[in-house]
Amino acid sequence: MTNLLLEWVIKTIVILLILVTAVAYATLMERKVMAWIQMRVGPNRVGLGKFRLWGLMQPLADGLKMIFKEDIVPLQASHWLYIVAPALSLIPALMTFIVIPYGSQITLFDHTIELHVTRLNVGLLYVLALTSVGVYGIVLAGWSSNNKYSLMGGLRSSAQMISYELALGLSIVSVLLYTGTLDLVEIVEGQQGFHGLAWNIFHYPLLILVFIIFYIASLAETNRTPFDLPEADSELVAGYHTEYSSMKFVMFQMAEYLNLITASSISTTLFFGGWNGPFVGRLPLLGPVYFTVKVFVLIFLAMWIRYTVPRFRYDQLMRFGWKFLLPAAIVNIIISSTVILFMR
Amino acid sequence: MVNYVPVLLILIIAIGMAAVILILSRFAAKNRPTREKLMPYECGVEPVGTARDRQSVKFYLVAMAFLLFDIEAVFLVPWAVVFRGVAHSEAYRHLKYVFYGEMMVFMVVLLVGLVYVWRKGILEWNR
Amino acid sequence: MGQEKVLFIVFAVIAIASALNILLQRNPLYSALSLIGTLLALSALYVTLRAEFIAAVQIVVYAGAIMVLFIFVIMLLNVPKDQPQVEKQKGLRYLAIPFAGLMIAEMFYVLRPIRLSTLPPVPSGNAEQAVGTTWSIGTSLFTDYLLPFEVTSVLILMAVVGAMVLARREGD
Repeated sequence: MTNLLLEWVIKTIVILLILVTAVAYATLMERKVMAWIQMRVGPNRVGLGKFRLWGLMQPLADGLKMIFKEDIVPLQASHWLYIVAPALSLIPALMTFIVIPYGSQITLFDHTIELHVTRLNVGLLYVLALTSVGVYGIVLAGWSSNNKYSLMGGLRSSAQMISYELALGLSIVSVLLYTGTLDLVEIVEGQQGFHGLAWNIFHYPLLILVFIIFYIASLAETNRTPFDLPEADSELVAGYHTEYSSMKFVMFQMAEYLNLITASSISTTLFFGGWNGPFVGRLPLLGPVYFTVKVFVLIFLAMWIRYTVPRFRYDQLMRFGWKFLLPAAIVNIIISSTVILFMR
Repeated sequence: MVNYVPVLLILIIAIGMAAVILILSRFAAKNRPTREKLMPYECGVEPVGTARDRQSVKFYLVAMAFLLFDIEAVFLVPWAVVFRGVAHSEAYRHLKYVFYGEMMVFMVVLLVGLVYVWRKGILEWNR
Repeated sequence: MGQEKVLFIVFAVIAIASALNILLQRNPLYSALSLIGTLLALSALYVTLRAEFIAAVQIVVYAGAIMVLFIFVIMLLNVPKDQPQVEKQKGLRYLAIPFAGLMIAEMFYVLRPIRLSTLPPVPSGNAEQAVGTTWSIGTSLFTDYLLPFEVTSVLILMAVVGAMVLARREGD
């Protein structure tokens, strides 16, 4: 039992370290992608000592700066709730990563180590549950700031999140029709074969539509453009994080990027074969490499969309979620189940 | 069931991380409060009115509709997990059309609900 | 077996403490948050009973949808704190004691010693036999419990229509 506990603790700490670094460099990636799409260069000066290093130390500089910024708690705010809300946003965002499989298994010093922290037989439902709980941080932050813009931004943002959560959940149901299990490890293992290219999206072409619905819904869930009206700088000041400064603001940003990474990881696991790829059987370490590349591509896609598409107005956003995406997901379930019933 | 211990583990570690960040910011950050900094932000002017006014009832309607369709999604999950096995197995051969039909009835009833909400205009304007 | 007892006690204490907090808080929003805490502790208790699907569904539906609705309503209604509640009928307070006694007696009756054989067996790898797994819920929901399931859909439809009608009665 203690061996198992030690293994879990080590895996969890490794994953958290990788995540924190990933979030920091996601901010840099965002600024670089934004810059190159807008025909300029982006941060390229922060380096180490005399070496420019192409701006790769920028996140470190930003992080240090944010720690030393003044931490203002408005007088009118509900004190305890104001301080806890960013934590409520960050914690569910961190917790998803223990069920995602990063590889099959590797052998290290005579130990076989499975490359996932734990294997829940309701893994996918666990991820959905965490997404549902993620709404609270936002709505409570908006309320506790005691600021009209924060409250409106928080309520609108959470109404948006719950509306798109339906489309998200129903598109997951479509995937479940094909995989027959909620266990993420089993879903990825079911996509082996054909030299590691039997991904769900090739094997069951109807899943392309489901992926599009899932991806759009997850962009709306994570409050990314074009769905970021409740927190965009030119609207509602900054929405639910108007009154936040210093590290609490950083926690909200971290939660947002973590949610983006989660959405991309789940998309990869469900649709693109997770860690599967050519030659994974012979070289198990290729598993995490393939996984990282796929997640990176999906994150890049999200950022590309952000700097290309204009923002939706709030009523357009809600109308799109309820009148288009939700019926599309339902129709997809009906079509997929009919296909499974009458074919093969 | 022993697989769920890491969930508890990461919950504790994540709470610890959040606590460390908050404590760090409490001690490392400056704290020079002035009157303007402590007021609620309203684009630089003095705030007018209170933030605790009544909000629109539309948020309640959205949350209600979300709740009901979420329950539908929760019923769909075990059906979807079982469906493929039932449709392709020999043991349930007489059952598979019934299985499919039952859920279609369920979904049609809920689609009626969606159409009702749509036609009543609840999904409209400043939602 | 000792570990299960420890887990049970920890989560049970959290659940009861949160439940007590619901009553002791003056601010309705904090009461709602305590209710969320109770639900999360209950979900953990479901996991110790090996009903993992129910545990996840509890969080998705109850803590993730119903409590969001509660919190929206509390924020929308915005009862000002400086208006104290006026107790219209003081006599009712004394009526509470016999009723509480009745409920406690009922609880003791319902929780008569439960024989250990009624606990679900440890899943032996055969997913179709185990109780509480998604497979068994899926199959039994559509065979043994079909009628309650279809009635639920009508119930949900009624709830949708009812909520929309009630909320839109003032103008709009």
